[in-house]
Amino acid sequence: MLRFARWKVASILAMTLVSIFLIVPSLLPADLRSAMQKALPKWVPTQAIVLGLDLQGGAHLLLEVDSSDVLRSQVNNLRDDVRRILREENARLSGGIGIQGRTVQFRVPEQADRNRALPKLRALANPSGSALGVVSAPPYEINEQPDGLVQIVVTDAGVNERVRRAVDQTIEVLRRRVDALGTTEPNIQRQGADRVLVQVPGLQDTNRLKEILGTTAKLEFRMVADAGANPGDVDQLDQTDQPGKIPVEKRVMVEGEDLTDAQPSFDQRSGEPVVNFRFNIRGGQRFGEATSANVGRPFAIVLDNKVISAPRILSPITGGSGQISGRFTVEQANNLSILLRAGALPAKLSIVEERTVGPGLGQDSIEAGKRAAYVAGILVFCYMLITYGVFGIFADLALAIHIIMIFAGLVLLQATLTLPGIAGIVLTIGMAVDSNVLIYERIREEARAGRSVVTALDAGFNRAFATIIDSQSTMFVAAVILYFLGSGPVRGFAVSLGLGILTTVVTAVTMTRMMIALWYRFGRPQKLPI
Amino acid sequence: MRTFRLAPDNMTFGFMRLRRVSYPFSALMSIISVLMFLAWGLNFGIDFAGGTLLEVRAKSGTADLTQLRGLGDRFALGEVEVQAFGGNADATVRIRLQPGGDAAQQAAVERVREAINTDYEFRRIEVVGPRVSGELVQSGTLGVVLSIVSVLIYLWFRYEWQLAVAAVIATMHDLLLTVGFFAVTRLEFNITSIAAILTIVGLSLNETVVVLDRIREMMKKYKKLPIPEMIDLSINAVLSRTIMTSTTTTLALLALVAFGGHVIQSFSLAMMFGVIVATYSSIFICSPILIYLGVRDATDKG
Repeated sequence: MLRFARWKVASILAMTLVSIFLIVPSLLPADLRSAMQKALPKWVPTQAIVLGLDLQGGAHLLLEVDSSDVLRSQVNNLRDDVRRILREENARLSGGIGIQGRTVQFRVPEQADRNRALPKLRALANPSGSALGVVSAPPYEINEQPDGLVQIVVTDAGVNERVRRAVDQTIEVLRRRVDALGTTEPNIQRQGADRVLVQVPGLQDTNRLKEILGTTAKLEFRMVADAGANPGDVDQLDQTDQPGKIPVEKRVMVEGEDLTDAQPSFDQRSGEPVVNFRFNIRGGQRFGEATSANVGRPFAIVLDNKVISAPRILSPITGGSGQISGRFTVEQANNLSILLRAGALPAKLSIVEERTVGPGLGQDSIEAGKRAAYVAGILVFCYMLITYGVFGIFADLALAIHIIMIFAGLVLLQATLTLPGIAGIVLTIGMAVDSNVLIYERIREEARAGRSVVTALDAGFNRAFATIIDSQSTMFVAAVILYFLGSGPVRGFAVSLGLGILTTVVTAVTMTRMMIALWYRFGRPQKLPI
Repeated sequence: MRTFRLAPDNMTFGFMRLRRVSYPFSALMSIISVLMFLAWGLNFGIDFAGGTLLEVRAKSGTADLTQLRGLGDRFALGEVEVQAFGGNADATVRIRLQPGGDAAQQAAVERVREAINTDYEFRRIEVVGPRVSGELVQSGTLGVVLSIVSVLIYLWFRYEWQLAVAAVIATMHDLLLTVGFFAVTRLEFNITSIAAILTIVGLSLNETVVVLDRIREMMKKYKKLPIPEMIDLSINAVLSRTIMTSTTTTLALLALVAFGGHVIQSFSLAMMFGVIVATYSSIFICSPILIYLGVRDATDKG
C-alpha cells in the first residue's frame, strides 16, 4: 500500500499533464487556435474537440439513390446496345425490342442472324472488371429459345454493381455541389448499399441545401414537336413557369454533360437573371448543326423533364455558347448554374432522413450541458466532502482529473461530442465516485473490524478492486453495444460513457491510492478520518 | 472529524422480512407496467414512428399555439401536436408520418415552413421517413436484445446458477418498470430512450453485482448462519455504498433534468427513474430470490 513505485507516480503525473495539454486548445478562441496551428510544430496537439451537429448547428441529410431509376436506365441502355448490335450485324428482327421489368427481349427468326449477333451480345454480359483479374458475377444473363426468342435479363449482381457505381457518381456530384455553396468541412459519405450521408456543419439555410442536393439536374436541348409529328416520338412536358404542357420531340439534340461551364448573369436587354453556358467541342458542333437545320422553329430547354423555356431559333448558334432564360430569380439562376457546373445525378435522389439544428439551439444546448455539468460536479463534490472528509477531497481531485481525461480522450480520438455525450459525461461524474465509494466503504468496514490503519487501507483497496472491475465492465459492455448500434448523438453518448469508465479505473483506483499513500507517509495518522 | 452519513454504521436492518411487502409491490408494479404498455403503448417519437418534428421560436416573442395547431387542418396533414416549453416563444410542432413515402414528408415540411417562415425561426427540423424509422425500430430492438443476451452470458460465466437467475430477474424487473415508466408518463420514446434503457441495464447489473459479490463472500465466511440472516448481513454491509453511489448518480442526473435542456429531458428523467429502481431491486428483489432458490446447497457442492 505504502510503497508506490516511482515510475508509477511519474506515469500518472505524465498522463495528467498530457491530458491537460490536449484540452487546452479546445478552451482557446478559434482564431488563436488556428494561429497556434500555424506557429507550432506539427507534433504539438492543437486540435479542438469535435462538436456534433446537434451542438454546433448544421444539417444532416440521409439521401437514397432510387434503385428502380438506376435499373430503368440500365435496361434502357441495354436495349440501345442491343439495337445497335443487331443493326451492325444486319440481323433481321421480327417485331420490336421489348422491355419487361428487368428483361430485354426480341425475336430474330433466322438462325444465321442469331449466330452472328449472339457472340457480340454475350460480350456485353462479360463483367467489366474481368480484364483486371477481378472475377465478378456477370451483369446480364442471355436465354435463347429454339423459336428465335432471345431474352437478356439484368442479374442482381448487375443491378447491384450499377447501383454501387451510381452512388459513387452521386457522391462526386454532391461534393462538387456542396463545395460550390462555400461551406466549411462538409462530410459526404456512403452509407449502406444505396445511401449517401451529407453533413454540413454551421449552415443557416438548409432549404437551399436540400434544393441543390435533391435536384437531378438533367439538362437537355430538344426540338419542340411540329403539329404533324408521330405521337410516339413526342413527350408532353410540363413547364416550370406556367401551366399547360408543351409537345417536345423525344430525340435529344445535346445533353447537359456536354457543358463545360455555366455562370449566372443578367440579360443585357431585359436585365433579368439568366444562366450563360458553354459547350464542349462535341456539344458545340451538334448544337450548331441542329440549330442550322431548324432555323425558325422553337426548341425546348428541358431540365428534369420540365421545360424551362422554348425560344425560337433566330439564326444558327455555332459559337459553342448560349444563354438560358426562364424568368429566374437571382437565387434560381445561381442554383441552376451550380447544378449545371457540377453535373447531373445518375439517378433520382430522395431525402429519407433529415436532422437540422440551428446554430441558436446548438449554442443553447452547449450552455445547458455546461450548466448541468457544473451543478452535478458541485453537488457530487460537496457530497463526497461532507461524507469522507480528507478522503473526499482525494476523490474529488481524482474526479476533476477524470473529467479532464475524458475530454482529452475525446480530443485524442477526434471523437464527436454530442448533447447525449455531455449527458454521458455528467452521468459519469455521478458514477465515477462509485469506485472511490466502494474502496472507502471497504476501508471503513475493515477498520471497524479492528484492523490497523495500514492494513485497513490495504485490504480496502485490494478487496474492492475485484468488485470495481466487475461493476465497471458491465457498464462498459452496455457502452460498446450502444456504440455499434447507435448513430450520431447516441454514438457520442456511448463514446463518452465508455471513455469515462476507462478513465475512472485509472483515476479512482490508482490515483486515489497514490494520494492516500502520500497522505499516510507524511501524516502517519493513528486514526482513519472516515 | 465526524462525517455525514445517510445509512448509519453497523446497521442490522431485516431487509429479508420486507420481501413480504416488496414482492407484492413489485408484482403489482410489473403488472401495471405490462397493462399500461399493452393498453396505452409507448409514446413513440418520430425516430420510431416516422414523421416530422419542428422546433420553432416566435420572432414576436409569443408563439401562437392555436395558429400552429391549425396548420394540420389547413394543409390536411392529419393531427398536429403542438407543445409549448421554456418561455412563451418556444414550441415544438410534430407532424405525423404522411402517406406517400419520403417525398410526402418533405412536401409537408415545405408547406408548413412557407406558411410560418415569416413569424417563426426554425431552431430544429427533424424528418424521419417511413423506411428509416423502420430500420431504427430494428436496430433499437436488436440493441435491447443484444444487451440482454450479453448480460446473460456474463452472468452465466460469473455466478452459480442461483445467483445468475436472481440477477436476471432483477434486471428484467428494472427493464419492465422502465418501460412501464415510459408508458405511464407518456414521455417520448426515441432512439435516445433506447440508449437510456441500455444504460439502465448496465446500472442495474452494476448494483446487482456489488450485492451478489458480497453475498458470495459472506456465504463462504458464515457457513452456519441461516440464509435470510446471511443475506441481511451482506446487504447491511454494502448498504452505505449502495446508497452513496445511487445518491451521487441521482444528484448528477437531477442536475441534467433541471439544467440539461429540453432536448434530453426525457432521457435524463428515464435514467433517474432507472437508477432508483435498480437500487431498490438489488436489495429487495434480487437478494430474497436466493432464499427461495436454496443458494447454500450450490456453494457447498461447488
